[in-house]
Amino acid sequence: MNALRELWQSLTDALEKLGSVIQFLFRLVVNSPRALMRFDLISQQIFNSGALSLVIIMLSGLFVGMVLGLQGYELLQRFGSEEALGEAAAIGLVKELGPVVTALLFAGRAGTALASELGLMRATDQISAMEMMAVDPIQRVVVPRFLGGVIAMPMLAAIFSVIGIYGAQLVGVQIMGVDAGSFWSQMRAAVKLEDVNEGIVKSLVFGVACSLIAVYQGYYATPTAEGVGRATTYTVVTSAVVILFLDYLITAAFL
Amino acid sequence: MNQASPIVDIQNLDYAVSNRPVFVGLDIKIQRGLITAVMGPSGTGKTTLLRLITGQVLADRGSIEVAGENLRALSRPKLYVLRRRMGMLFQNGALLTDLSVFENVAFPLREHTDLPERLIRQLVLTKLQAVGLRGAAEMMPAELSGGMSRRVALARAIVMDPELLIYDEPFVGLDPISLGVILRLIRRLNDTLGITSIVVSHDVKEISSVADQVFLLSGGKVVARGTPSELKSYPSETVKQFMGGLADGPVPFHFPAPDYFGELLSRSGET
Repeated sequence: MNALRELWQSLTDALEKLGSVIQFLFRLVVNSPRALMRFDLISQQIFNSGALSLVIIMLSGLFVGMVLGLQGYELLQRFGSEEALGEAAAIGLVKELGPVVTALLFAGRAGTALASELGLMRATDQISAMEMMAVDPIQRVVVPRFLGGVIAMPMLAAIFSVIGIYGAQLVGVQIMGVDAGSFWSQMRAAVKLEDVNEGIVKSLVFGVACSLIAVYQGYYATPTAEGVGRATTYTVVTSAVVILFLDYLITAAFL
Repeated sequence: MNQASPIVDIQNLDYAVSNRPVFVGLDIKIQRGLITAVMGPSGTGKTTLLRLITGQVLADRGSIEVAGENLRALSRPKLYVLRRRMGMLFQNGALLTDLSVFENVAFPLREHTDLPERLIRQLVLTKLQAVGLRGAAEMMPAELSGGMSRRVALARAIVMDPELLIYDEPFVGLDPISLGVILRLIRRLNDTLGITSIVVSHDVKEISSVADQVFLLSGGKVVARGTPSELKSYPSETVKQFMGGLADGPVPFHFPAPDYFGELLSRSGET
């Protein structure tokens, strides 16, 4: 009976949390038009979340593409269709690996930075100081960071996919000797606009999810060293689970 | 606004945190133009009182009027308009760590006004000069000492020319020189800008040298009010203990605990 009550309690707690996250998202959306008027604040955050994540995204994209090239070649040559490597790598990257791996890396690099920055701002009274200066911290601090993440994510995912395709080409064509002409032409023939759209939709949704989780965790972090640490951990863990869950939903919706 | 009316008028205020009463029937009137100190032992709710006065939390019962506005009746935008007339100095300065000293002081101006850059520069430099840190304008908050951070925060708090300046524990952790500087600034800013200052502190000696009137809080109520010299000769054990810094008295040295010997002699974990 006790276990049942605890289960019920944790279920209602989880629903309550979900409700407060959705309420927070609503506040961010309502405040977004005014925040967009001060685009300099957002572009600063696009730089922080996007440009500063570029190196890790590009390096990971290159290696993921190279592994795809290697594994794909190994598999496809068993059926004598290694020319399809370009098509396989591109579709895999554009629809799945690009958005998903980028989002996971984004949560680890930019999400944690956002959460800890906001958590520390709360712990050091910077958020309260803004409120006392009659400046709404949601408007001034949270929304630009949220929008910066949302805008940066699709760009990062696109860069990841492009570098990944180059990585696959590097291994498949340059090292394994797949014909360059068929690599590129099969890719161009096979990748449809819907595939690209699916990738864009995914990366946009992941951008919203990752940025929302990060700013929510940071903004409501307990103002102690332990609280900020916990907010950072939750950001990565929750983001990872949510990204993979949403990935399944969107993939199913596009089928 | 009538000069004689109090800038902060708290009447019959009740406030509790998770069912533990912090204030019960609190009455405080803070007169304009004076430096008012709010003192009391740790945990008596001094900082909570500031949060109530600034509208960061709402009272459970009773009324708080600040500059003639009843805080309970104010919408969020109106509360923000009222807050533009207040300046607050946080315990640790609470400077925005990603902005330079100059930009920290300019922050309220940039957020609330459309002043040309030249004028913002003049205003900021004037305020930094007033706290003696014009030379540190280009430094980042991480490069400042504790005392300097608080002075920059003070410059930021006065940049919008507030009527009411609130200090939360401004003397904590300062060396004697910085402490002297902050004390002198509190007095000078209050008199030259013609503002009202509220200082929350438990540093009896320091605050006695600068305050015009003192409210001593204990057990959720004002236990003594008057000038610092009046409080020193106040006929109450609680006031004597606090003003004299005595370790034991009405506020006990020991936190409530089970019998000492009984606990020592019991087997570990059992009391």
